[in-house]
Amino acid sequence: MAGEVPFEQPLIELRAKIDELHKFGMEKQIDFSEEIARLEERYAKLEEEIYGSLTAPQKMQLARHPQRPTTLDYIQAIFTDFIELHGDRLFGDDLAIVGGIARLNGIPVTVIGHQKGKDTKDNIARNFGMPHPEGFRKALRLMRQADKFRRPIITFIDTTGAYPGSAAEERGQSEAIARNLQEMASLRVPIVCVVIGEGGSGGALALCVGNRILMLENSIYAVASPNSAAAILWKDASQVNRAAEIMKITAEDLKRLEVIEEIIPEPKGGAHRAPDKQAESIKEAVWNHLQELLPMSGDELREDRYRKFRKIGKFMFVS
Amino acid sequence: MLKDLFNKKRKYATIPSERTKREIPEGLMNKCARCGTIQFSKELEKNLKVCTACGYHFRLSALERIQITLDEGRLFEYDADMVSEDPLEFPGYADKLAKHSESSGLRDAVVTGEGTIGGFPVIVAAMSFDFFGGSMGSVVGEKVTRAIERATEKRYPLVIFSTSGGARMEESILSLMQMAKTSAALMKFHEAGGLYISVITDPTYGGVSASFAMLGDFILAEPGAAFGFAGRRVIEQTIRQKLPDNFQTAEFNLQHGQVDKVVHRKEMRATLTKILDLHTVKEDAPYGGRGAV
Repeated sequence: MAGEVPFEQPLIELRAKIDELHKFGMEKQIDFSEEIARLEERYAKLEEEIYGSLTAPQKMQLARHPQRPTTLDYIQAIFTDFIELHGDRLFGDDLAIVGGIARLNGIPVTVIGHQKGKDTKDNIARNFGMPHPEGFRKALRLMRQADKFRRPIITFIDTTGAYPGSAAEERGQSEAIARNLQEMASLRVPIVCVVIGEGGSGGALALCVGNRILMLENSIYAVASPNSAAAILWKDASQVNRAAEIMKITAEDLKRLEVIEEIIPEPKGGAHRAPDKQAESIKEAVWNHLQELLPMSGDELREDRYRKFRKIGKFMFVS
Repeated sequence: MLKDLFNKKRKYATIPSERTKREIPEGLMNKCARCGTIQFSKELEKNLKVCTACGYHFRLSALERIQITLDEGRLFEYDADMVSEDPLEFPGYADKLAKHSESSGLRDAVVTGEGTIGGFPVIVAAMSFDFFGGSMGSVVGEKVTRAIERATEKRYPLVIFSTSGGARMEESILSLMQMAKTSAALMKFHEAGGLYISVITDPTYGGVSASFAMLGDFILAEPGAAFGFAGRRVIEQTIRQKLPDNFQTAEFNLQHGQVDKVVHRKEMRATLTKILDLHTVKEDAPYGGRGAV
């Protein structure tokens, strides 16, 4: 195994023990198969225990896992004929968001997503997946293009949030996000959004005003990253786990709050354990939802999307 | 037809709201937060809470804003009895709501309704920073959305005074979704040809800035009002640099193309009236007598 997270420590230790026993037995020509079988059984049970009841902070660790598949990984695995398109035609090309045209099971679609880096160098180029205004404006340009040519839009959500920097502010970070929210509501093509990792704040929402929102089992989606929420709530960013626990950030929470339509299961231990299998299940889920949306007219799609967001919120009346 | 939209001043009865008539509590003296000048509260009040020495615009509550903006300070209030739930059972949220309600005299961070400005009927939303830092949760999102929808139905211009620390953490994802909800409602309003004037006041950040505050046909800001997506402190920590004093002020944002005009509080009513008038069809006017299409 590689890229373990802290809560997997007991599994790692047990696996090491099994391996050692195995090696020892080979060296000394002793048959430990019975003991090994027993340990394997224990391992399976422990695995069930740990992965079967992940807490919100643990899921957050998986959602942020450095080896977690990114938007480009899924694009590669799910679509064919992908052509990446660049730039917002206004200022520049923000590599924190990628997008282009491709085919999904043969039909032309537009696909857009946040893109985190694969290593430090890549992460610096992609600003750790935190977009500037030009990223959101590139996304909007591609979505309008999709609307014009009546292509469904698939988006992948994976960002800590919009980049909090001075250049981003000067170029209108707020306006860029707000514009996307308003314009996405107006589009007459199906929009299916998949939260594949982190969905943080307005930076995530700016690509996530869809007819359907799906979330991977261990992905998270919240008003702010638990780190910033901790800083805002208690002026203490180190309380990130406490924030993760109380903010209701998991796919299960969001399904219960009727914000998302479907939870896509992950392989045991997270998407990075079996990226191909994960891509396959995402493809299937997206395709199923598209089957429901494709027969709808442009106006119906808009109305469907409007109703979805219109009803979100909890309030009451006092006399 | 849109042509008929604003083509005459409608007969319109305003119903005085009990809450807007309430006296604003006042001490005898007041100290300017910027220049430190001490002045009589009465005098400051008369000056629309703008410092007589340096021109600093004190923050106004929603009720004060309505009082100085609408004709005779009158508002027919919508959804006055809507209050927040605690949908996530967030530790301490219920207590905080009660505390803010008590200290501000409001039920949540926005007051919405209809009234007239310079005789023109408008639908207004005024946010209040003194309730929970003006944060947007389900109630703010719902009240603003309903106001937008009424404006769309009634074909009235919409004026929103924003001030907010951003989305309300205590309702997490539901707060975030209010950004999409209000923006979608504005999409329909704009498509119907409605006129929306957004007035940004100090301070306006995060979820409110990145949704309805930046989606006006006209975006005005009060002098010195700080606004942006991320707060100054967060940005300084991220880029590890000290930012200039004027960073994110209305004037800074004007320079960077984010607002149409910085408008002094004393000029606000006149400016709003002028914009409303420019979008009103005058029966006897030649072509060009109206702005709205």
